[in-house]
Amino acid sequence: MTVPLSYYLMLSGIVFLTGVIGVLLRRNIIIILLSVELMLNATNINFVAFSRHFHDVAGQVFVFFALTVAAAEVAVGLAIIVALYRAKSTINVDEFQLLKW
Amino acid sequence: MEQIFFFYFAFVIAAASVLVVAMRNPIYSALALLIMFFHVAGLYVTLHAEFLAAVQIIVYAGAILVLYLFVVMLLNLRQDDRYHRQWPMAAGVGVTLFIEAIILTAMKGWTAPVMATGTETTAGEAGNTEAIGDVLYSTYLFPFEVASLILLVAMIGAIILAKKDLSDVNSEG
Repeated sequence: MTVPLSYYLMLSGIVFLTGVIGVLLRRNIIIILLSVELMLNATNINFVAFSRHFHDVAGQVFVFFALTVAAAEVAVGLAIIVALYRAKSTINVDEFQLLKW
Repeated sequence: MEQIFFFYFAFVIAAASVLVVAMRNPIYSALALLIMFFHVAGLYVTLHAEFLAAVQIIVYAGAILVLYLFVVMLLNLRQDDRYHRQWPMAAGVGVTLFIEAIILTAMKGWTAPVMATGTETTAGEAGNTEAIGDVLYSTYLFPFEVASLILLVAMIGAIILAKKDLSDVNSEG
């Protein structure tokens, strides 16, 4: 009656795929960061599912580290967005071509 | 019973993550992400990771998402966001990964992954929070300290990036 591990992996794969498509498809830089959050959550689901499968708490500890990195990423990313908006008054990624060859 | 809960949570998580990508208004995207965070927390509860479920709600829904909404409302965007011109590339990557996932799930005859050996620590009879704390502050003490350093660097970096130039402020005032 328990849910097999592969179901969790499939769910996490779907969420991760959605995140990848969001990063590639959207032009709003805030939505791109939200999609990165989606991908981080997909890996977290994987970690917890494996932690349950192996009866090992280490997987849940790693979710903490992923959470820390996510928080740091959000803080720095949003600060960069605010700085970009101040410089260019847009957050459309098509407008940022300074490093384009 | 467990499967009913799993399918409910899985369906809402998948639907909400599609909404995050598909919504035009960033605020609606962020609110869809909020729904997704809550349901991921529910999924953690069904996986007997109660402490992580609480942390998920407090940190993700309480801190990270509020920061997103704050920035979205601070920037006060026009509604001209459409999909990127590079959508053929996105479709290519997406279809490739999707086919790969289908092939991998269709491959039968795989044995279950071998049990990890070494530093494995069973949850045992102790509560979930107690078990996590036990492992976090003994086996993973050094990564824990590194994580605190990451947070410090991120804090300093965010402040430096987001603040105005001090010379501008001085010349204005």
